[in-house]
Amino acid sequence: MITVNHYLVLSAILFALGTFGVLTRRNAIVIFMCIELMLNAVNLSFIALSHHLGNLDGQIFVFFVMTVAAAEAAVGLALMITFFRNRESIEVDDISMLKW
Amino acid sequence: MHDYSLIWLIPFFPLVGFIVNGLLGKKIGNEKVIGAIGTLAIAASFVVSCKMFFQLLGDVEKTHEVILFSWMSVGQLQIDWGFLLDPLSALMIMVVTGVGSLIHLYSNGYMHGEEGFYRYFAYLNLFCFSMLMLVLGNNALVMFVGWEGVGLCSYLLIGYYFEKKSAGDAAKKAFVVNRVGDFGFLIGLFTLFWALGEHGVWTFQFTKIAENAHLLPAGGVVVTVATLCFFLGATGKSAQIPLYTWLPDAMEGPTPVSALIHAATMVTAGVYMIGRMNGLFSMAPDTMMVIAIVGAATAIFAASIGLAQNDIKRVLAYSTVSQLGYMFLAMGVGAFSAGIFHLMTHAFFKACLFLGSGSVIHAMHHAYHKAHLHDDPQDMRNMGGLAKKMPITFITFFISTLAISGIPGLSGFFSKDEILWWAFSSTRGGWILWLIGFIAAGMTAFYMFRLVFMTFFGKQKTDARAKDHVHESPLVITIPLMVLGLLALVGGWVGIPAALGGANRFEHFLAPVFEHAQETYGIHSQHSLHAFEFPLMGCSIGIALVGIFLAWIMYVKNPELPGRLVARFRWLHTAIFNKWFVDELYDGLFVNATKRLGRYFWKGFDVPVIDGIVNGVGWLVQGSSRVLRFIQNGQIHSYAMTMVLGMVVIVAVYVFK
Repeated sequence: MITVNHYLVLSAILFALGTFGVLTRRNAIVIFMCIELMLNAVNLSFIALSHHLGNLDGQIFVFFVMTVAAAEAAVGLALMITFFRNRESIEVDDISMLKW
Repeated sequence: MHDYSLIWLIPFFPLVGFIVNGLLGKKIGNEKVIGAIGTLAIAASFVVSCKMFFQLLGDVEKTHEVILFSWMSVGQLQIDWGFLLDPLSALMIMVVTGVGSLIHLYSNGYMHGEEGFYRYFAYLNLFCFSMLMLVLGNNALVMFVGWEGVGLCSYLLIGYYFEKKSAGDAAKKAFVVNRVGDFGFLIGLFTLFWALGEHGVWTFQFTKIAENAHLLPAGGVVVTVATLCFFLGATGKSAQIPLYTWLPDAMEGPTPVSALIHAATMVTAGVYMIGRMNGLFSMAPDTMMVIAIVGAATAIFAASIGLAQNDIKRVLAYSTVSQLGYMFLAMGVGAFSAGIFHLMTHAFFKACLFLGSGSVIHAMHHAYHKAHLHDDPQDMRNMGGLAKKMPITFITFFISTLAISGIPGLSGFFSKDEILWWAFSSTRGGWILWLIGFIAAGMTAFYMFRLVFMTFFGKQKTDARAKDHVHESPLVITIPLMVLGLLALVGGWVGIPAALGGANRFEHFLAPVFEHAQETYGIHSQHSLHAFEFPLMGCSIGIALVGIFLAWIMYVKNPELPGRLVARFRWLHTAIFNKWFVDELYDGLFVNATKRLGRYFWKGFDVPVIDGIVNGVGWLVQGSSRVLRFIQNGQIHSYAMTMVLGMVVIVAVYVFK
């Protein structure tokens, strides 16, 4: 029998993986994917708890998160393409023009 | 009914002259135009002054106040830009604008070809404006504006040749020494203001001060302190002991400036101020005594220094200090109108002497310039025999010398003798004061004739190459000399004392200003002494003749005698020649002490404490930011890492609480 705790543990593992990726990777696309992973980990726990509690609020929240993530993907990828065209790189360490 | 509402024009014309020449003078560039603007400005105010003066002469009411506009108004205190015209200020505006006009005219010739010609005339006009505000102001604050204004102009004009270090130093010295006096003036003013305020009279207005002076106890501490402070101001502006040292140095300025500012007008401001507040001063017998003693001491002290100077202008400078001493002696013994009388005659003959010396210097300078020599054109040892070369200068100079020496019939005789008579016979005087003034009169005759003999008589000792280039000055210079020489001759006739069959119209003219205080406080010449009037007059004529005779023996008959005397009394000559070492004394006592104090504060306080605090704050910020800098490294990962760790900590706290 799969209980809500299983879902939550999976969600925590996915979130931790995402966080780890964000902190350690240098490639902007990978960081971006890691952020998506974190968002989806959160979505998972929303759905699980929504089902567990019989309340639809969590599921509505997930729609919002997915919408925002989609918008973020559109804007983020556009930025990356523009940046790659200028610098031929999407390493975040190269995006340092505002640092003194 | 007489109308005095146009009185504001008197200071207004010089102010316009100052503004025009000051702002546009450089653009105009033409000396004739600039000189005409400056001279006409003061001449115009002379015309207005004449009108006011004669109008007042024929008026029954002798005190007029004209309020131009309100300056400030605080609670009950109302201060106006107002003018006060009474016999005293009417006389002063006549002297200032009259002598001033002549000196402006003279300057056209004397300053010809000088760099900054427009600057000179602008300053001179500004000076006249300030001086007229000083004498016309109806309250002490307007007077103070003028008082500071003339000090500023004096500074600017002494330092006219500012590329010469000695001129710059002299200007600074004059300014700083005057500041000491001005400080006294202000303290005196505020003491008086609060003292009257205690009685519910908040005012700076002279007429109101005079009306309400009786509220203060006569001879009390407050009046004595206030008047002593005012007198300190007067010693600064009028070059009395202990603040006289700036005036001889002020001779660095152009000679017409010395004549106008440092002989005829500005230095008499202190005498005028005492005259203006005569009621108050009469209430403080102690202050009057101090004034009389300081005046007498200055008269003899400065005269003694004048005996041995070789610079023609310096002799005249010490002579001015000495004559101002006479005026203060007169004020101190309560002979206010005699003091003002001497102020007027002194303005005539001393301005003439200074302008005459300027004419000589001008000629000598010109001659040396022609001969390509660089000798000192002011050193009397290089002159001699100029009487034939410069007859007009000589005659006017000689008349003025007779006047200052106190030869009967000339202006100086009447005024000086009146002062000596009052010093002897006044209820506030004493025979010692007379004796000091008497000896100083002999010295005056001696040093003035020494000057005349060295400059105009004997053989011409000028370098042979320059000798023939010495010429009489042009008309623009000699006309003012002639007018002033004439005034030095006849200017005293308005004050011929009753004892000599005159009417002393001068004293009667000024009586409305001074009589009240003299009557109230019992100041008059004692009747028991009137038998001495003629013997004393004889004595002062006698000592003047002795002084002249000694000068004749030493500088005409036996020209080698001074050298022998100097060798015989070497220490005395050294002391006199070096001005009794007063400058050195002041340097040691005040200047160096102040410098040392400043140095101590610099090295002992400013550097370790003030700089220490400022630098310490800087070090602290730098040191702490050096640590904090590690946190802000610009690495997005480390920021994110910190956030995550922070979140973990917060969650941990929640979970394991």
